[in-house]
Amino acid sequence: MLAYVIRRVFQSIVVLLVVGLVAFSMFRFVGDPIDNMLGQERTQADIDRLRTELGLDQPFPVQYFKFLQGAAQGNFGVSYRQGRPVATIISERAPATLELALVSGFFAITMGIALGVFTAIRRRGIAANVIMTLSLIGVSLPTFLIGILLIYVFSVELDWLPSFGRGETVKIGNWSTGFLTASGLKALILPAITLGLYQMTLIMRLVRSEMLEVLRADYIRFARARGLTDRAVNFHHALKNTLVPVITVTGLQLGSIIAFAIITETVFQWPGVGLLFINAIQFVDIPVMAAYLMLISVMFVTINLIVDLLYYAIDPRLRIDGRTA
Amino acid sequence: MTEVTQKPVEAKLSRLAEFWNSDFVWSFRHSPVAIVALFIVAVLLLAALFAPLIAPHDPFNPATLNLMNGFTPPGEPNAFTQETFLLGTDDQGRDVFSTILYGLRISLFVGISAVVLAMIVGVILGLVAAYVGGWTETLIMRIADVQLTFPAILVAMLIFGIAKGFTPPEYRDEMAIWVLIIAIALSDWVQFARVVRGAALVEKNREYVQAARMIGRSGPAIMMRHILPNILSPVLVIATISLALAIIAEATLSFLGVGAPPTQPSLGTLIRIGQGFLFSGEWWILFFPAVTLLALALSVNLLGDWLRDALNPKLR
Repeated sequence: MLAYVIRRVFQSIVVLLVVGLVAFSMFRFVGDPIDNMLGQERTQADIDRLRTELGLDQPFPVQYFKFLQGAAQGNFGVSYRQGRPVATIISERAPATLELALVSGFFAITMGIALGVFTAIRRRGIAANVIMTLSLIGVSLPTFLIGILLIYVFSVELDWLPSFGRGETVKIGNWSTGFLTASGLKALILPAITLGLYQMTLIMRLVRSEMLEVLRADYIRFARARGLTDRAVNFHHALKNTLVPVITVTGLQLGSIIAFAIITETVFQWPGVGLLFINAIQFVDIPVMAAYLMLISVMFVTINLIVDLLYYAIDPRLRIDGRTA
Repeated sequence: MTEVTQKPVEAKLSRLAEFWNSDFVWSFRHSPVAIVALFIVAVLLLAALFAPLIAPHDPFNPATLNLMNGFTPPGEPNAFTQETFLLGTDDQGRDVFSTILYGLRISLFVGISAVVLAMIVGVILGLVAAYVGGWTETLIMRIADVQLTFPAILVAMLIFGIAKGFTPPEYRDEMAIWVLIIAIALSDWVQFARVVRGAALVEKNREYVQAARMIGRSGPAIMMRHILPNILSPVLVIATISLALAIIAEATLSFLGVGAPPTQPSLGTLIRIGQGFLFSGEWWILFFPAVTLLALALSVNLLGDWLRDALNPKLR
């Protein structure tokens, strides 16, 4: 067990070091950092001074180590485009993305489980078949087209919901939240549905197929034979046993939600981290790109590490593989 | 192998007849979905290929554009110039039908090139991993595993951003299409490598591979000429499904403004431009490119689904 955990953690660290090396190479070799920071009127003395100050005269491995040190403390330098520390910009933008991800995750899980149970119980009903067909179409639509379609129906034609931005936000400490105002909540609906739709269909299909399998099991037949109500059988006996795979899939999808938030945020001009990253690519704002790269890698590697370790704890069969792999 | 004794022409004919009567063609002829999908893909492919001949206007030649033609609704004559455009015009008076044809060209070019590149990289690495084994295999498959934990679209975006950073600013627009192809290919090679490795591991221990080794054929020759032909069908399936994904990935990146440059608009770029006119009522600038993209992606996807079932002997 311990050997597996150590090896898995070691692997994660190697991945992060490699990503860090890529991020650092971008810093170091794309354009000249000195050029980016000093204006037109500069003397050789200025250049030399800044070079020493930034540590650019030191050998590559030393510079790389210093970069990692800074990154670990949340210091990613100054944005070329906005002239402010990257860490500040990201911490301003993070609440928008996290709130969006939270709401769409909630939407995906609740609607996914509800529709999954419904389509499994009423397998032959018309409504269930319509939902299944719609979900197939929904999966093959690209995310940005779903967003545009929702904007067209609910903003342009019906004029019910805003098509861009977060609405009014309330500041609580450093956290700006859209949960507390009516316009903030209204602004959340369309982006959250756009972002969560794919995950919702995924969870729905998973719950449905797991439910169909479980409903055929012997213990369900015995539960029915004991005269339990349909509700008790479906929800207390069947649904509970389908939730283990759902939880793991949901955990793995957490990262996807953050990644796909980039697309949703662009469609709805949602002022989050994803939009920041897209703008950084467009304007080649290296420090912001590097910081986002590091941030998202840490997140993904951590999520995967946790899921792997959880699997390992839950499924004893993996322990044998762990020794030989 | 009775054909060997017959004359070459007859042999060829009987090969064709054999192909026509094969299970593969039979399953195609009995699948209306596959026929319709192939028809749509073929039409779109031909339209893209012959875009300069079909397109009524050249959308990239400023001399032929008339700003007075801007925002002409589809099928109606323009208020000033009395010209009619099948699918209308955009803000600069460009014919939407023509921009779609040229956009389709770029979308398909990027999609197909990316899949071919991903296939070459993936197949080679997968074969090497399976055949050589040892730490080479561990290294390749470890990289594949790590990459698979990140969504492909995010990987493509990151590669695009990094490559853009490394390209000198004056070449950025010119190189954008190639960078896009490489970014999508590198985000997609893992699928091929995993499937090829899995299939090659099985084939590796078959008698014919042992025989080839006995007569002294080299490693690369065994991999490419003996093992590869026997594992082509799963590769073909992955390639078709990958093509649909690559087309959507390209459209998404271009829509986000980190893909095809405005001078070479793909379908995604056109949708990005069209979104700006959604509120002012010029729906056709957005609608027609979006429908084209959907038809293309969906047809390729359905074709891939059919291919997967048709080539899977277990489902027959």
